[in-house]
Amino acid sequence: MSEDVQLDKVCMDFGSFRAVDNVDVTIQAGEFFSFLGPSGCGKTTILRMVSGFIDPTEGAVRIGGRDMRGTRPNQRPTALIFQNLALFPLMPVWENIAFGLEVRGVDRATRRQRAEELLRLVALHNAADKTVGQLSGGQKQRVAIARALAVEPKVMLLDEPLSALDLKLRQHMRSELRTIQKRTNVTFIYITHDQGEALAMSDRVGIMSHGVLQQVGTPQKIYNHPANGFVASFVGENNVFPGRVIASDRGAGRIETAFGTFHARLGPAISQGMMAKLYVRPEHTILGADPGGEANALPVEVSEVAFEGNFVNVHARGEVGGAYMAQVRNEPSMALPDVGRRLHLSFGRDAGVVLADEAAPRH
Amino acid sequence: MILVTLPYFLMFEFSLHPYLTVDKIGGPEDAYTLKNYVTLFNNTIHFGVFLRTILASAFVTLLCLVLCYPMAFFLAKIVAPKNAATLFLLLLIPFWVNEILRSFAWFIILSYQGPLNAALVGIGLIERPIRWLTGPNGVIVGLVYTYLLFMLLPIYNSIQSLDSNQIEAAEDLGSPLWRTHWRVVMPHAKPGIASGCVMVFMLSAGSIIVPSLLGSPGTRWFTEIIQQWFFEGQDWNQGSAYAFLLLIMCTGFVMLMMRLLRVRLADIAK
Repeated sequence: MSEDVQLDKVCMDFGSFRAVDNVDVTIQAGEFFSFLGPSGCGKTTILRMVSGFIDPTEGAVRIGGRDMRGTRPNQRPTALIFQNLALFPLMPVWENIAFGLEVRGVDRATRRQRAEELLRLVALHNAADKTVGQLSGGQKQRVAIARALAVEPKVMLLDEPLSALDLKLRQHMRSELRTIQKRTNVTFIYITHDQGEALAMSDRVGIMSHGVLQQVGTPQKIYNHPANGFVASFVGENNVFPGRVIASDRGAGRIETAFGTFHARLGPAISQGMMAKLYVRPEHTILGADPGGEANALPVEVSEVAFEGNFVNVHARGEVGGAYMAQVRNEPSMALPDVGRRLHLSFGRDAGVVLADEAAPRH
Repeated sequence: MILVTLPYFLMFEFSLHPYLTVDKIGGPEDAYTLKNYVTLFNNTIHFGVFLRTILASAFVTLLCLVLCYPMAFFLAKIVAPKNAATLFLLLLIPFWVNEILRSFAWFIILSYQGPLNAALVGIGLIERPIRWLTGPNGVIVGLVYTYLLFMLLPIYNSIQSLDSNQIEAAEDLGSPLWRTHWRVVMPHAKPGIASGCVMVFMLSAGSIIVPSLLGSPGTRWFTEIIQQWFFEGQDWNQGSAYAFLLLIMCTGFVMLMMRLLRVRLADIAK
């Protein structure tokens, strides 16, 4: 069983600082939803409002349709996984997991049994009697998940729980979390500053900056159709050309920049005459000896070649100025371009998108 | 090291000798004996005082704990760190005043025609003044006040080192406040609680100024008997024996309590 979470025009002020500004989004029951943003963007504040440690200054948090204002964390159908996990080091693993049941007056034998069931769910057999200190980072992670699941929450809140793990384990835990979420069908609200995590795990992602929700959408939508410049540059890499829109026709147009005039798609609310920026993904560019048949091209000189394994990042300086990056898929037969070589960076008229800067706070 | 331990050895040596007149010291009667130690157990009045001292000290310790744990938690986790410094200063300043003055202050406050009675009568809470300083009341109030900080500081230190997320995690899992304290905060603070209790108990049982100022005629403190042996009876041998008995028995009592409450010595040293 799970419930939806409605953030209804939620604002949170700390003194004169507005940490969360008019966030309005409904997270569906059973959904894996991530709030993605840089540190200090207000995403942790959102989590604390949903879990009940703070109440919003304005607006309402509703879980399953019920306004949660005034309801303490211990009365809410949520369970929070802390960034540092906050396991109880003086209790053995099984008592950690069963703590929520102990609180609810469940007898000891049932608690023990339930803890062992949950340990199997998170693939941690034979750890019941260990102390927390004996576990590795990934194991602690699983205990924290099991402890939160034990209280059968309708909504699970996760505050960057993977940030302390090393890369390999992090990637493994991503799919594990996803699996557990699908199996239990609990609504997951996940907070992270790691775009890879958010895109890989979530049904939908909400991008936050300066307390404002910039865009909500599926990972694919966010990456391919960013709503504004902040979303485009926070999620993935870009070549950025600031300039002025000089032509606009049904979502397509031209932008005049210091490095040339380019054809591109126009983002939402972009019209002729506006100052805006053109964003082109490195993997949507082509590096060639001649300009080629694409709509846009500019001469560049290769400044650095970074071989990443499955792809190659080619950094280049524009002959008129500017620094660019092209991303090329690795092929066994490919010859890497030499540093100092003069090439043309070209991209199609649909490859780039002109976007306004981020949505600013209302005041 | 020698300067610290030598007097103890001398006293221990005294305690094993019988009390003799000057001309007999070094004579045939001056042999090692445990007679001085046995005296306490044959003297029902002294032994009664001894037991009451231990019990009253234990009660003082308990009272300090009950007062200090919420205060320590408040200072460590609830109040803003900026204000905590001010509050600490307010707690510390009274301790710059010496023990005698503070005990006298309580003697005045608690006396029959003192300000406490005047205030209580004044606001109509009681009809006539109460004799506060009967029985062990005065001593207990005085000792609690005197040794409050010895309980507060170790508990404060140990609670402060607790990750606040653990308190929030417990609450998030549905725990009411009392259970969060019982299962998360107090187990973490156990070393602080234990060392606070040991200090307050030992200091209370060994205190002399507070009981002699605030004690009522019927309730003597064991230290007062020791003092009498030394300075009124001039019997240093007997006094030394009593002093050592107090030390041994208090240590024994602390050990027993630690065993019962499952506190290890290493916890206290932390």
